[in-house]
Amino acid sequence: MLEIRCPWCGPRDQSEYSFGGEAHITRPLEPESLSDQQWGDYLFNRKNPKGRHAEQWCHSAGCGRWFNVLRDTVTYRIEKIYKVGQAPGTGDREG
Amino acid sequence: MNTRRRPSGGRIDRSRPISFSFNGRRYLGYQGDTLASALVANGVRLIGRSFKYHRPRGIFGSGAEEPNALVQVGEGARTVPNLKATQVELFEGLTARTINGWPSLRLDLYGISDKLGGLLPAGFYYKTFMWPRGWWARYERHIRKAAGLGRAPIDADPDHYDKRDVHCDVMVVGAGPAGLMAALSAGRSGATVIIADEQSEFGGSLLSGTGTVSSQPMSSWLAGMVEALSAMPEVRLLSRSTVTGYYDHNFLIIDERRTDHLARPDPRVSRERLWRVRAGQVVLATGAIERGLVFADNDRPGVMLASAVRTYLNRYAALPGRHGAVLTNNDSAYEAALDMQAAGLDVTALIDIRQRPAEGLLERAREAGIPVYPGHAVCGVRSGFSGMTDVELCRLTASGDDVLAYKGSVPCQVLAMSGGWNPTVHLHCQSGAEARFDEKLGCFVPGDSVQRARSAGAAKGIFDLGGCLADGVEAGRMAASAAGIAPAATDIPFAKMQEAMSIEPCWELPDGLPEGRGGKKFVDYQNDTLASDIRLAAREGYRSIEHVKRYTALGFGTDQGKTGNINGMAILARELDQSIAATGTTTFRPNYTPVTFGALAGRGIGTEFFDPVRRTAMHTWHVENGARFEDVGQWKRPWYYPLVGEDMAGAVARECLATRKGVGVLDASTLGKIDIQGADAAEFLNRVYTNNWAKLGIGRCRYGLMLGEDGMVMDDGVTARLGEQHYLMTTTTGGAAHVLGWLERWQQTEWPDLKVYFTSVTDRWAVVSMAGPNSRRLLQTLCDDIDLSAEALPFMSCRQGTVAGIAARVFRISFSGELAFEVNVCADFGAHLWTTIMEAGREYGATPYGTEAMHVLRAEKGYIIVGQDTDGSVTPGDLGMDWIVSKDKDFIGKRSLYRPDTIRGNRKQLVGLLTDDPEVRLPEGAQLVNEASTDYPVAMVGHVTSSYQSACLGHSIALALVKGGRSRKGGEVYAQLMSGEVIRATITDPLFYDPDNALQKT
Amino acid sequence: MRNKYSIFNLLRHSVTGHSNWPEAWRSPDPRPEYDVIIVGGGGHGLASAYYLAREHSVGRIAVLEKGWIGGGNTGRNTTIVRSNYLWDEAAHLYEKSLKLWEGLSQELNYNVMFSQRGVMNLGHTLQDMRDIVRRSNANCLNGIDSEVLTPADIKQMVPLIDVSDRARYPILGASFQPRGGVARHDALAWGFARAADRHGVDIIQNCEVTGIRRKNGAVTGVETSRGFIAAPKVGVVAAGHSSVLATMAGLRMPIESHPLQALVSEPLKPVLDTVIMSNAVHGYISQSDKGELVIGAGIDAYTGYGQRGSFSIIEGNVSAIVELFPAFSRVRMLRQWGGIVDVCPDACPIISRTPVKGLYFNCGWGTGGFKATPGSGWVFAYTIARDAPHRLNAAFDLERFYSGALIDEHGAAGVAH
Repeated sequence: MLEIRCPWCGPRDQSEYSFGGEAHITRPLEPESLSDQQWGDYLFNRKNPKGRHAEQWCHSAGCGRWFNVLRDTVTYRIEKIYKVGQAPGTGDREG
Repeated sequence: MNTRRRPSGGRIDRSRPISFSFNGRRYLGYQGDTLASALVANGVRLIGRSFKYHRPRGIFGSGAEEPNALVQVGEGARTVPNLKATQVELFEGLTARTINGWPSLRLDLYGISDKLGGLLPAGFYYKTFMWPRGWWARYERHIRKAAGLGRAPIDADPDHYDKRDVHCDVMVVGAGPAGLMAALSAGRSGATVIIADEQSEFGGSLLSGTGTVSSQPMSSWLAGMVEALSAMPEVRLLSRSTVTGYYDHNFLIIDERRTDHLARPDPRVSRERLWRVRAGQVVLATGAIERGLVFADNDRPGVMLASAVRTYLNRYAALPGRHGAVLTNNDSAYEAALDMQAAGLDVTALIDIRQRPAEGLLERAREAGIPVYPGHAVCGVRSGFSGMTDVELCRLTASGDDVLAYKGSVPCQVLAMSGGWNPTVHLHCQSGAEARFDEKLGCFVPGDSVQRARSAGAAKGIFDLGGCLADGVEAGRMAASAAGIAPAATDIPFAKMQEAMSIEPCWELPDGLPEGRGGKKFVDYQNDTLASDIRLAAREGYRSIEHVKRYTALGFGTDQGKTGNINGMAILARELDQSIAATGTTTFRPNYTPVTFGALAGRGIGTEFFDPVRRTAMHTWHVENGARFEDVGQWKRPWYYPLVGEDMAGAVARECLATRKGVGVLDASTLGKIDIQGADAAEFLNRVYTNNWAKLGIGRCRYGLMLGEDGMVMDDGVTARLGEQHYLMTTTTGGAAHVLGWLERWQQTEWPDLKVYFTSVTDRWAVVSMAGPNSRRLLQTLCDDIDLSAEALPFMSCRQGTVAGIAARVFRISFSGELAFEVNVCADFGAHLWTTIMEAGREYGATPYGTEAMHVLRAEKGYIIVGQDTDGSVTPGDLGMDWIVSKDKDFIGKRSLYRPDTIRGNRKQLVGLLTDDPEVRLPEGAQLVNEASTDYPVAMVGHVTSSYQSACLGHSIALALVKGGRSRKGGEVYAQLMSGEVIRATITDPLFYDPDNALQKT
Repeated sequence: MRNKYSIFNLLRHSVTGHSNWPEAWRSPDPRPEYDVIIVGGGGHGLASAYYLAREHSVGRIAVLEKGWIGGGNTGRNTTIVRSNYLWDEAAHLYEKSLKLWEGLSQELNYNVMFSQRGVMNLGHTLQDMRDIVRRSNANCLNGIDSEVLTPADIKQMVPLIDVSDRARYPILGASFQPRGGVARHDALAWGFARAADRHGVDIIQNCEVTGIRRKNGAVTGVETSRGFIAAPKVGVVAAGHSSVLATMAGLRMPIESHPLQALVSEPLKPVLDTVIMSNAVHGYISQSDKGELVIGAGIDAYTGYGQRGSFSIIEGNVSAIVELFPAFSRVRMLRQWGGIVDVCPDACPIISRTPVKGLYFNCGWGTGGFKATPGSGWVFAYTIARDAPHRLNAAFDLERFYSGALIDEHGAAGVAH
């Protein structure tokens, strides 16, 4: 049961959040210029690392805001929490 | 008569006798007894039969570690299977039964399996029951009947359960000497503390001990301590509360049992309460559990843990036998021997496996008149009708590996044994940390913590009282300090300290006989796992401890191997000639002890709380008018409104006809409604919908189709432009939350530059839809400030005004193909609006209709329902809706529409189907074939998504997805049903009524 | 013959206290080179190796397992076996597997305890029932046994289930596959291991693959914790860790790894004779031969390699079971555990060649891989041996994520008016 610190509301139980998968996947600006291969990569292929993972979470049962989390997928330890649009791993260390 | 009760002492209340029954016989116990202690005091030794060999078994332990004494408690709907008698508190009228034994406990016919033991080694079932082919089901029936433990109730649980969420600075698990001191020292610092203990009273090992703490008798010191803790407002004391799980981020679960110990519980009190704790710091003062010794016939009733014998003697004043022996490989059992002797349980032999026990110990034993046999072991047990009578002694070789000489037998009704102590590292390991093997202590101790936790006392391998008290103080102080609270000084109580306990680990006692010849040596009592089973597993190549566990069932019982696992691991290590550390442990997983399902479910069951129920503002009217309801998402929607004596088909036909001929009234409040505002709202809609939104005028509505990025239809609905920068989007009922999340996500994470804001207003507005030729006339009677004429309010437009005296938004949109209006008012006035419409509508034949009629009406028009006519694999093109897909702009999912598979010609396309016989309706879900065949597999070309008997058209209609369907219009297709029936149908346009769409525009 | 598993040999060996049973499989040291290396000693990997040896006569085969065989999802699942999938491609693949299951104990000479007690999928909404009818009709036309049950039928087969409207989402019906059932999960891995070993396959435990060596776009072998092992063909079947292995070969996969939890109750006398699944209230349950209620639910929403999930999933799961079986409220949960499942966007597996020549992936089984074990191994062996997919797995290639030809087995989307 993770405890995640919402940048706007503070630490809350995981059940207040929804998970959004890998962060920093930018939607292609001109999808029509992409090959099927490139589009498929964007749609489906994921890093899915064992270890540090930059991912999106939304405080859906709270303020409704999306933000980014740098989390270890093995220990589940949260290293960083930072806002959408910030560079991967920006911000202070958690806990 | 408690024949085996000491005249005084113990923590039982002799002034409060309790009558209970076990296997139909009545007995007496006292307040403070457990079922096990009361049975001991009554001289009951045979408690159950074992799982595999059906051997007679007695009480072995005194708490959570008990493997044998499983009972079914209570009757009827309140019965509970598989309780450990050692954990069942006695109350007046308690009834308990043995769980295994057929036809009876004493005469168990399955006991034959004990004699066949040689045929039933570990994993025997993998090697047989394979022939005749197909007979496994028959074998299995018998195996299942013989296996299993207690019986599940068959009636619904009459009790209820609840949960609490709490935070604390310091969570202390276990209220033994270390836990109590940790709670005290953390509490003194001002930290908020929860201390939980699984037993009925605090004290842990102090409850079973003799001696003093800070010069007071243990019991009075304990009482003072509990009083001191209770007086601290920031310390919460929870007894009968087991910490069963330690999860990520310092989240712990406490299962508090609140009523099971009461004869007449207050029905308003929940039976159990599950505490969900988020702790700042955790102190694991979970104590240690004694382990047994593995020798021939070590499972006979009367063989017990030395710690359990002490507990029965000291805490419950119950004598497990008239005379007995002690078998040990360490110092701690000497206390048990002395206590036995002092209690009048004549110790016939103290058998110490070690060649040279410490002289001080020998001295004390001799002083008490106990004969000590150093360098000896037990190599057999003799039993009578109800348990052991003698143990057979042997002298060990110097190495301890073999028998030097048999030394005859010693009379013994109870054998108190100690194979050493295992710190209860379960929660420590559940938290993600490791346990490491301590060679000196001969046990696994906690390794470094990985969460904000520390172990204290015996849980960390400190086995003397003085050490535990001191360590508890320190742990509490450190925890408070780590939680950011300045620690306060706490005195360490004085108690007997001990040098490191001496132990000679010994995992299996020799009997001098070859494998398979002597008595069975049990490692795991509950699963009847033998030492020979573990060796067999290793020989057969099952060498990982996990393989051994799975092959032999070691540790798989309801006691989870609390007394036997380590012995098993060590026996494996020796067989593989490797260290115990290298052999490792199996993974410790929740629960520490079993947790009632009801407690896990809490209040989250039943009509009201399993999932929230959403009802519209008009719900009461629907109920009062006989509506049948359909679950759509969380909503209860009226499905149809049968009149007295009317069936569903009749009701739906009547509702449809009334709508087509007069006016039908639908509660459409459940459709998702999202208020969208902002300068970039139109641009945003352009990106999420397939069609173009730039030119939608104020007061106009447009239908939109939303795709996933994979190009598949995700949701649909009408969006209206209410103002310059103000839109109202409607979604499907079931998709509303998902769509709102979808919009928010794209805006926040991908297009934060777009100025647009979303608010769910689904519950804010009550919506009544009026459809049919009389709808305008009806609405006109209730609305005089909106010109409802076709010119002033054309199809797909909206106005604000007043309806039935309430501020309203009126939308001229139609899901039925009829002239139709949707009136939205503040939900508070929904019921008023509805009843006003129904009253005013009487003269126009206004008829309420439900979702089923709505489905028929829309299907007659070929309007899709996302999720019914689509399934996540359907593109707009498949639906024949290319007209709504913009070529000029990008939108979510567009690129996916140009992949090889999505431009394929023979994709399944939406078509209409007509059966030859107008009375025959194709079943929804019917699969379609070009040619019916019984030569399976039959190639399927599509399936029926929607199908109805259309009262208005006088024949059945269906919508279907058919491969290349649009080019096959006029052609035939067959529905081949699982019943074998084949129905021919003609492919048509998916539009059966008013093909020119004239009516909705009138 | 004396080491063949049978009641007669059990009797014979009992005379010697079972001291002379041979190893079920050897524990050889790895050879420097093999014809085919299978990475992952779970059920799928061992089955692949077995069929490679038996059906395709591949000579030198190794199965490399970083821990102990069968220790991944094979040993962590709820053992449900069925083939009543909606789409033709999936139905044919799982049905092939089910057919193999039906003769597996005899074929492997190892009792995998495949118990065809039937699998029931409950419907709680009208759309559930439409989907059930659709799927059952499709199953029948695909030659797969399937029935649609009414609440009364269900109640008769499962007396303790609540089909009344006291439930939040009352049961409206079910699909039923009589040939479906449960099996003994460990036995599946061990049975395949023993049979593969008899065919000369080297099963090497405690051997972790740390790299996939390639040359000119073709695989040449694997780096392991026990050194480099050469092979012109490498099949990766490492559920839970597919992305990790793919990364070693410079590939990215359409996969996310999620925790999947399961739990068991204390053992009870027989009380449930079939398998019950409910997607709508989110839980499935069967009773093991030992008497435990074996219960599972959906995955944890977040990705994780931790073999543990969130307590809230367990709570929701048990709520669902109590909702279906109000009498089980007083039964107690004994133990829970977690596995790591590789989830594909369309809830269907990948059994495919890759852009690296000689490198094959079998992954993405999500929560449903156990039932497919024999069939998966069978088609994967074919694919590796022939360097081409069998028609049963042709649709399950990586190309589908680019062409769009997904096989969406999520069932109908849960959206309705």
